[in-house]
Amino acid sequence: MTSLALIPLFPLLGAVLLSFGYRLGDRAAVTIGVGSMALSLLATAQVLNTFADGDGGALSQTLWTWFTVGDLAPDVTLYLDGLTATMVGVIVGVGFLIHLFAGWYMRHDLEGGPGMTRFFAYMNLFVFSMLVLVLADNLLLLFLGWEGVGLCSYLLIGFYYKEPANAWAAFKAFIVTRVGDVFLVLGLFVLFAAFGTLHIPTLLAQAPEVWAEGDAMATLAAFLLLGGAVGKSAQLPLQTWLADAMAGPTPVSALIHAATMVTAGVYLIARMHGLFELAPTALYAVGIVGALTLLMAGFAALAQTDIKRVLAYSTMSQIGYMFLALGAGAWEAAIFHLMTHAFFKALLFLASGSVIIACHHEQNIFRMGGLARTLKFDYALFLIGGAALAALPLVTAGFYSKDEILWLTFANGYPVLWLAGLAGALLTSIYTFRMIFIVFHGPAHTEAHPGHGLAHHLPLILLAILSTFLGAWIHPPVTDLFGAGHGGEHSHALKLTIEILSSVVAIVGVGIAAGLFLGSRERVARLVADGHGARLWQFWHHAWGFDALYDRVFVRPYLALVRLHRIDWINDTVNLIPALALKLNARLTATQTGQLRWYALVLFAAATAFLLLLLVP
Amino acid sequence: MDMALPVEHGMALAGILFALGLVGLVVRRNLLFILISLEIMMNAAGLAFVVAGQAWQQPDGQIMYIFVLTLAAAEVSIGLGLLLQMRRTYRTLDIDAVAGMKG
Repeated sequence: MTSLALIPLFPLLGAVLLSFGYRLGDRAAVTIGVGSMALSLLATAQVLNTFADGDGGALSQTLWTWFTVGDLAPDVTLYLDGLTATMVGVIVGVGFLIHLFAGWYMRHDLEGGPGMTRFFAYMNLFVFSMLVLVLADNLLLLFLGWEGVGLCSYLLIGFYYKEPANAWAAFKAFIVTRVGDVFLVLGLFVLFAAFGTLHIPTLLAQAPEVWAEGDAMATLAAFLLLGGAVGKSAQLPLQTWLADAMAGPTPVSALIHAATMVTAGVYLIARMHGLFELAPTALYAVGIVGALTLLMAGFAALAQTDIKRVLAYSTMSQIGYMFLALGAGAWEAAIFHLMTHAFFKALLFLASGSVIIACHHEQNIFRMGGLARTLKFDYALFLIGGAALAALPLVTAGFYSKDEILWLTFANGYPVLWLAGLAGALLTSIYTFRMIFIVFHGPAHTEAHPGHGLAHHLPLILLAILSTFLGAWIHPPVTDLFGAGHGGEHSHALKLTIEILSSVVAIVGVGIAAGLFLGSRERVARLVADGHGARLWQFWHHAWGFDALYDRVFVRPYLALVRLHRIDWINDTVNLIPALALKLNARLTATQTGQLRWYALVLFAAATAFLLLLLVP
Repeated sequence: MDMALPVEHGMALAGILFALGLVGLVVRRNLLFILISLEIMMNAAGLAFVVAGQAWQQPDGQIMYIFVLTLAAAEVSIGLGLLLQMRRTYRTLDIDAVAGMKG
C-alpha cells in the first residue's frame, strides 16, 4: 500500500516548520525548504512506480470525511490517475529543482537580509496547495487547493512588500484571478444542483446520462468552469495580471507563474473533459480563447524590454496553445505541451534569474547585451530553452508537443485555429530569439559575474536536458483517460507535411529575428522611432492596452460608485442625534464656570422665579 | 405687651437683611465676607420665623429659630474649616481663584 498522502504531507510539514521557525538561520531554512521537496520527490517516485506497475487504474486514498451538510459530504480523498500522475510529476519534480535553485538565488537576492524562512514557507505551502489541487477527487477539495495556490501566488508576488508597486501587483493578481474564481464557484453550484455530488469520477460518469450533447445546463457549467480557468491561466480576458506578477522573485515566476499554477486552468478543463465534450460550444470557446491569447501575447512579447516580462507573455502565449489544443479536442497533446512547457519555461526563468543576478539585478534586456562572452553557461541554457520554446525541429522537447498540437488541431478539423497556432509559432520564435540576441549579442552594456555552485548548476543542467528531445520521451500516461487519439484517419504524408511546415515557420522566425536583432538593429530602431511604428510599439508594449481599457471600463466606474455610496443618507440621519446631543452638551458645559458667586446668583434667580410662579397665577 | 410690632415691619426688615446678605454674597470675593453674608441671610430667615410666630401667637417660630441657630453653628464651623484649608492650599481667600471645576 503506497501512501498518496505522503506527497503533499512533506511540503505541508516544511511550511508549518518554517512558519514557526522564523528564528532559523538562512542555511536551516534552505535545508528544510529543499529537504521537504526532496522527501516529497521520493514519495512521488514510489507512488509513480506503483502506478506504473499497476494496470493503469487510478490509485485512491480516503483520509477522512471533510464535513457533512445535508447531501454534501465531501471526503478528503486523494486520487491519482494518469493525468494527476503527470501533474504531480511536474509539480514535485520541477518544483524540487526550482527550490534547489531558489536556495542559491535567494541568497544573492536577499543579500543577507531577512525573509529566507518566509520565502521557503510560502514556497512549500504553494507546492502543498498545488498538490491538493491536482490530487483532489472532488471539486470542493480541488477548489481548496485552487484558492491555496492563489493565496501563495499573492504572497509571493508581494514578497518584496516594501516596494509599493509589488504590493499593487500582488493585489492585481489576487483580484483578477478572484473574478475567475467566482465563475468557478458558480460552476460548482450548477454541477452540484444537477448531480448532487462534486465527486469528479461520479460527475464524469453521470454527465452523459443526465445531459445530452449541447444541453444548455452543460454548456452553462462548462462556460463557468472556463471562466475559472481563464482567470487562473491568464488567458483573455483575465490575462492582465500575469505580466505584473513578475514582481515576485524569479524562482517564484518559474514555479508559480510558468510551470505549475498557471497551468491549473488547463488541468481543470482536461480533468472535466467529459463535461466539455457535452458542451461543444464551450469547448470551441476554449480553443478561440487560446488562439486569441497566443496571438495577443505573442505580439506583446515582441515589444517588451524586461526579460521577465518577455517570458511572462511567452508563458501566456504557450498556455494559449494548451487551450487551443483543449478546444480542438487534442487533450493528450495539451497535457504533453503542459509538461514540456513546464520544463523549458522553468529552465528559461531560472536561467534569466541567473542572468539577472550575474548582471546585478538588471532586468532590462537593452542594458545587458553581449553576455555570450561572459555568461557562456547561461547562453547555452538560453539557446536550449529558447529553441524548445520556439519549437525548433527534432532536437527540442517543445517541437514534439507543439507539433502534436498543430497537427491534431488541423486533423480534427479546425483550420482557423491551426492557422492562428502557426502564426503564433512564427511570433514565438521571433520574440524568443529577439530576446536571446539582444541579451547575449551586440555591444556589452554591463559587467556580468557568472553564478557558480551545485545549487546553481544542477537544476539548470537537469532542466536543460529535459528541454531537449530527451524530455519529449516522457509521454504522459493519459491515453486511456481521454480515449483514442483523433486524426488517425488522415494520411501519414499529410502529417509529415504539416510537421515540415511548422518546422519551416519556426526556422524562418529565427531567421527574421537574426535579420532584425543580430547586428546593428538600425532598421528596427528606425521603424519604431516615430509615426505608426512607434504607436504600434507602444500599443504592444502595453499589451494591447488592456490595462488602460479595464481601468476605464471597470476600475474607474467602480471607484465612482464607491464614492457615490460613501454619501450615506441613512447614516447621516442616525448621526444627527449624537451631533445634536454634542451641541447641547457644549452649550450646557459653558454654564459650568466654576465661579461660586455665579452659582449663588443663578440659584437665587431660579428660586425667585419658582416662588413667583407659585404666587402669581 | 399689646403694642406688638406690626408684622409688616418685621418682615420688611427680614427682607432687607436677606437682600443685603445676598448682595454681599454675590459681590464679595473674599471667602470670609461670603461666610458673613451667609450668616446675615440665615439670621434674616430666623427673624422672619420669629416675626411670623409672634404674629400668629405660635411658639413654632421661636423653635424654628433655635434650629436655624444650630444649623448656622454647624455651617460656620464647616465654612471656617474650608476657609483655613483654602488659605493653606492657595495662599489666598479669593473665591474666584478656585474655579477649577469648570466645564
